[in-house]
This record gives sequence, structure tokens and C-alpha cells, in this order.
Amino acid sequence: MLHDMNGLLMDLLAITLLEIFYGIASLALISLGLAIIFGMLRVINFAHGEFLMIGGFSFIMLTTAGVNMWIAMLIGAPLIVGLLGIVVERVVIRNLYGRIVETILATWGLSLFLMGAASLLFGYFQRGVSPPFGTLKIGNYQEGVYSIFVIVLAAAVYLSTYLVLRYTKLGLIARATMQNPEMASSLGVAREKVYAVTFFCGAALTGLAGAVLAPIAGVVPTSGLAYIARSFITVITGGATVIAGTGIASVLFGTVSQLTAILTRPVWGEAILLLTAVVLLRFLPAGITGRYFRNGL
Amino acid sequence: MRALQSHVTTIGTLVAGIVLVGIVPFAVAPFTLADLTLYAAMAILAMSLGFIWGFGGILSFGQSVFFGVGGYTYAIVALNFDSPSLALLAAIAVAVTGALLLGYFIFWGRLSDVYLAVITLTISLIFFMLINSMSSSIYRIGDVPIGGYNGIPGIPPLVVPGTDRSLSVAETYVLVVTVALLVYLGLSWLIRTKFGRILCSIKENEVRAELLGYDARLYKLAAFAVGAAIAGMAGALFAVYSGLINPDVFGIGFSAQIIVWVMLGGLGTLIGPALGAVLIQMLVVWLGKVQVIDANMALGVLFIVAVLLVPAGLVPRLQGLLAIAFGNLARSRP
Repeated sequence: MLHDMNGLLMDLLAITLLEIFYGIASLALISLGLAIIFGMLRVINFAHGEFLMIGGFSFIMLTTAGVNMWIAMLIGAPLIVGLLGIVVERVVIRNLYGRIVETILATWGLSLFLMGAASLLFGYFQRGVSPPFGTLKIGNYQEGVYSIFVIVLAAAVYLSTYLVLRYTKLGLIARATMQNPEMASSLGVAREKVYAVTFFCGAALTGLAGAVLAPIAGVVPTSGLAYIARSFITVITGGATVIAGTGIASVLFGTVSQLTAILTRPVWGEAILLLTAVVLLRFLPAGITGRYFRNGL
Repeated sequence: MRALQSHVTTIGTLVAGIVLVGIVPFAVAPFTLADLTLYAAMAILAMSLGFIWGFGGILSFGQSVFFGVGGYTYAIVALNFDSPSLALLAAIAVAVTGALLLGYFIFWGRLSDVYLAVITLTISLIFFMLINSMSSSIYRIGDVPIGGYNGIPGIPPLVVPGTDRSLSVAETYVLVVTVALLVYLGLSWLIRTKFGRILCSIKENEVRAELLGYDARLYKLAAFAVGAAIAGMAGALFAVYSGLINPDVFGIGFSAQIIVWVMLGGLGTLIGPALGAVLIQMLVVWLGKVQVIDANMALGVLFIVAVLLVPAGLVPRLQGLLAIAFGNLARSRP
């Protein structure tokens, strides 16, 4: 009897931990692209939610058209959103570097435009693809194996982003341009090109996140709204440090919101996440990494 | 020069007042008057953001929160206590309380630009989500259910104080327009007071203002609260106009619109945001009628174009053109 109780408790603990890890992973995934664009370019992309939405739609459209699911998810969607990112950077953002408020306004306009365009093209009914891999049974609980895939993928994406930024020439040039554009420029770096490539990378990672979460969340033209508050608050609270800041903030907020959601209702989970952030920013106005890990990545 | 400007403001407002209050109600159909009432309420909201953003440097994406809170408070109090006048005061009081609370976190945390924008946006999203999810009848305040995404219907109109007689459409129009004009005059005056000038100096250079001994946080908080009071009042008037309030007032689309009004009309003026609100409201109504293009799409394009091409806004642009024209005129005189 006691053994049974222990078993049940272990099951509950395992499933709760899995849920929390999944919460952290999805938060980390949807925030990374935004963090790169904000951290490297100091551009707040308010159309971020719509980039995620378009990533999701690209994935679903490609899959329905018969493209292999993994190619659509890992290559197709990131490429499409990345290219969109380049267009946006060249047409709109390029004129606004260094003017944070104007950038916010212009990208917000872009967000409304993309939302309107998507509802014209796709209509308002929800589209989805059922998650692959089936489910995993833990005692009396069930969890999609796909959640575990999301967790592993998030870890892999963070690790590779870190490695690229830290150890490759591309990463070195990107970091140098971010630290001192004039100096980098006078050493022969094509600044404009670096900006465009960085924006492409941020957008592509956002497209990837949108595609990865599409089988679980489904996609509608207004999907972006569901993500935008969470990802913004994660990046802002993390501070300007791309990997460490966003990672730490994801762990913190993912845990808080999933626990609240499990104990009460999902909508409270979200609300608590946002409230935690408001209080946190009162004491760490430059974000977590504004005070700690200032020289990290 | 400043005295002259002040006279121009007063006289201009008086003329506008005579036309809008003395002539328009007799000249147009009640249906149009109702539309104009809505525009006036939106113009009040626009001026509240025009004030805190243009003169206090506080870019709040959550001005709609105070508007929505004002509307909801009016609805809940008016329905519970059957006293519209009390409800109007309550709407303002609740909005101000909310602003003081939120303002403490923002200004004492010394959040600026991006952080402020994101926090205020976040607050409005919290309201949007929470109120949307409160559709079950267990969520009620007094006798009034919150109603989730359906909102609160059947909001009573304002009454003539001391009697039971509800205001007619024309009377409501006159009231809302008068409030709009008074808000315009009041804010123009506030900007010219010592308080207003210190507020502007903080916007221009916060460090310098603080070194001169002014506590920037207090001034910003006060401006934020004034803005919230005006926005809350606009929300209550909006609830009176429409008889219905729903969570859409907390939605991202609406907060975006307010920013566009101010941006397009002209940041750093009061008349610009008000005009921007009226023009864009008319555009939205028209887009809804013709149904050619998604209203969001059109607004989005307008937004981007406004930022890229008319970053200063319409009114400052016009003022600039006028100044050049008059300057030339003056110079050409012998």
C-alpha cells in the first residue's frame, strides 16, 4: 500500500517535472529569435508573434503539400521566415536603427499588417498537424513524446547558438559589430551585411519555434498574440545578454507559470508570469543580466 | 509669444466650442451625432496619451487599460448603485489608483523606453486575458457579472443630476464634446504651468532636471496619473455612448490605434492626437462599411508609412508649412 502511494507520488512528480521542463523549453524557443534581434541589434521586433505564426503556417502548408514533416519543420519554415526577416530588415528596420521607439511603432504596424494578411489568406479556422511519436505513459498519466522532443530540441538550439556565437568567425564578427559598429566597420566589416544576416538568423530561429510548436498549439492568424507577451517579457527580463539572460529568464518564468497553471488554471499561469516580471523589473530595471553575468553571452 | 499662443488656444477652443456645441447638434441627424460622440470620446483618450507621451516622455502602450478600467468601473458601479454620476467619479478614481500603483513600479524602477513600453503592453494583455476568461457567471462584482468576452451590456446612460431624466443623444453629445474641449484647455494650461515646464524638462534631459533638484519620478507619476484620470473618464463616456463594454478595449489592436492617433496627429501637440483620433476613427468606420480591405491590414500599412514618412506627425508638419508661408509673407512686406 505504502509502496503504491510512493509509486503514485513518483509518477506525479515525474509528470510535473516533465511539464515544467516543457514550459521552460517552449518559452526558451519562442524567445531566442527575439533575444538575438534585441540583444545584437537593439531592435524590438513587435512583429515577433506574427513571425512565429508565419513559421507555424509555413510548416503546416508545406506538410499538407506533401513535403516531409522534418524538412518542413527544421528547414522550410525557418528559411521562409528568415527570408521574410531579410525583406523586413531591408525595407523597414534599416531606416530606423538607433531609434527604438520608431522601431517599435513600425514593427507593430507590420504585426497588424501580417495578421490582417494571414486572415485574408488562411481564414480564421484553426489549422494543425497532429504531433508525431504518440504518447508516453507514466503510471496513470500520459504525455506526448513530442514534448520530450521539444525539450531536447530547445537544448540543442541553445547549445548551437552559443557555439556559433562563441567559437565561429561569424559569431566573432557579429559580436564585434554589436559592441562597436564604427570600429568593426573601419576594420573592414560590412556592417549592413552583418545586420541583415543577424536579422535573418533571429527570424529563422523564430520560424523554427513557430513550426515546432504548431503541432501542439495549432495555428490561427492571431496566434502571435498568444506568444508575444510571454516572449517579450522573457527577453526584457533576461536583459541584453542573448543566451544567458533569455535562458535564465525562461527557466524562472517557465517554472513559475507552469506550476501556477498546474495548481490553478492556465490563464492564471500566464498572469502570474507577467506579474512576476513587473515586480522583478522594479528591482532589476536592466534585466537579470543587467546586474549579473554582464560579460556573458 | 507664450501669452499670444495661450490666447490663440483659448479663442480657437471657444470658436470650436460654439460651432460644435451651438450649431452642429441642430444641423445633423441624431445618428451622426452618436458617431461624433464616439469621436469626441476617442479624442479625449488620444489627448491623455498625447499629454503623457508628448510632454512627459512616457510612451505607455497601456493607455487603453485606464480607458477600459474606466469603462468597466462605470458599468459596474452604475448598474450596482443606479447612480451614473457616482459611477463617473468612481471610474476616474479607480483609473488613478491603478496608475499610481503601476506608476510606482515603473518610475521607481526607473524603467524607460522599451521596458516601459513592454511592461504597459503586458499589463493590458493581462487584463485582456483575465477578463476574457471570466465568462462564467461566478465572476461578478455585486449584482453585475463580468461576462467574459461578451462584456457587460445594458449600461445605463447619464442622468441630469438630481433627477431621473436620462440625457438624450444630443445632450450626451454636447456633454462629451464639452468635456473634450475642457480637457484640451485644461491640459494646455497644465503644460504652461511650472509643473508642466518641469515635466517637459525631465522629458528633454532627466539627469539635468534631477541635478537641479526635481524628483523626476514624482513628476512623471503625477503626469501618468493625470493621463490615467482623463483616459478613465474617456472610457466611462465611451461606455455611456455604447451601452456596452467588452474586453476588446484591452486588446492589442486598440492600444495600437491610440498610439497611431498620437503618432500620426503629431507628438508634442494636444490638438494633433485629437485630430488623429477623429480622422482614423472615421477611416476605420469607413473601412468597416466598404469591406474592401481588412481594417487591421490598412491600419498596419498606415502605421509603417506614418513612421517612415511623417515621423513628426501631421499637425507639426502643417505648422511648419504655415510658419514658412507666413514667414515668407512677413518678409515680403516692405
